[in-house]
Amino acid sequence: MSITLTLIGQSIAFFVFVWICMKAIWPPITEAMAARQKQIADGLAAAERASLDLELAQKRATDELKDAKAEAAALVEEARQRAAQMVDEAKEDARAEGAKLLEAARADIEREVNRARETLRKDVAVLAVAGAEKVLGQAVDAGAHAALLDDLAKQL
Amino acid sequence: MASGGPLTAEGYIQHHLTNLVYGQFNEGHARAQASCQEHCVAVGDWGFAQTAEEASQMGFMAINVDTMGWSLVLGLIFLFIFGRAAKQATTGVPSGLLNFVETIVDFIDDLVRSTFQHSGNALVAPMALTIFVWVFFMNLMDLIPVDWIPFVAEHYLHIPFMKVVPSTDPNITLGMAFGVFMLIVYYSILKKGAWGFFSELAFHPFPKWMFPVNLILEGVNLIAKPVSLGLRLFGNLYAGEMIFILIALMYGGLVMSVAGGVLQLAWALFHVLVITLQAFIFMVLSVVYLNQAHDVMEEH
Repeated sequence: MSITLTLIGQSIAFFVFVWICMKAIWPPITEAMAARQKQIADGLAAAERASLDLELAQKRATDELKDAKAEAAALVEEARQRAAQMVDEAKEDARAEGAKLLEAARADIEREVNRARETLRKDVAVLAVAGAEKVLGQAVDAGAHAALLDDLAKQL
Repeated sequence: MASGGPLTAEGYIQHHLTNLVYGQFNEGHARAQASCQEHCVAVGDWGFAQTAEEASQMGFMAINVDTMGWSLVLGLIFLFIFGRAAKQATTGVPSGLLNFVETIVDFIDDLVRSTFQHSGNALVAPMALTIFVWVFFMNLMDLIPVDWIPFVAEHYLHIPFMKVVPSTDPNITLGMAFGVFMLIVYYSILKKGAWGFFSELAFHPFPKWMFPVNLILEGVNLIAKPVSLGLRLFGNLYAGEMIFILIALMYGGLVMSVAGGVLQLAWALFHVLVITLQAFIFMVLSVVYLNQAHDVMEEH
């Protein structure tokens, strides 16, 4: 159990093995581990970002849906108002048309009445002349009594 | 289980604690002397020691082929497993082996990050990984029943001695600790300069005029680092191995065999903690020492 060359041999072996480990074993393993760690960290960060994005998108979608609903409601309201307005306008028009028609009818009637009155007046004059001729037994000179006849016709 | 001669408890233990040594024969060896009858060698020849006595006579010029070999094999297994993982390493979903390796690498990386305060040293973390896994593998050999590999080696491969747990050999543990010590000295000089390193040893903790005292104190402090590092691991594993050997001695009658089996299982389970802990301690202390080597002290 004495100290022998073995000690030096083991020391040399120690340096050789440590050197091999340092050159060929340690760097690839630790580098691979570090790279994988980074990959995983990146992946987790990406997932985090994606879930954040998703949340934002959902929020945006909700907002947009709300906007769309509000817009639709506004449109419906507007349409209803427009319809009511149109109905009102139509009513107004109908009323005006009716009034106009009534007016026209009334004017027609007036005209008819006037015309009838004219006709009547003429007829009255003729009748009056004829009656007077019968009464007087002679022809009445229409020219001579025109003023009288006109006066009569006006009184009718 | 040394072949030849009755098997005694002492002989059994002795056999288990003897390394397979390849070394240089010197004048002290019986086989190198003129009176030698068989398997003679010349002085200065290199060869395997046939007995524990021969091995110890060889002195420094010898290699513990068994522990050194197992140490290299285990180190290569470490490089093979982790090298395969490194080749597979992708940023995609990791599979079985890569998962396992990454768990260990991540554990070491965290530990080094929290222990080693200085940035920009690419060596410390891989060194910690190498130490932890390699020492753990070396310690793990302790859980293989003590007779399995030596029995195969002796009866099928005709290898007289086979110590399979490298960390029960002080050469191995001190060899690694010495490697760490060289790194400590290297980084101390690199970061503080030779003079800075010397002044740290000489002008501290007492005033400058007492520098011989400082030098002795700090020198002991410095040397104690690798020595304690190596001997702690060696002591723990050697004691653990010794207990396994003593338990192995109990196998005999039915009652003793059952008791021995229970004891061996209990000790092995406990030892799982010990071997992991010792590998961990060796690694952490190496990192701490290297961290200290990087600390540049302010001038007083």
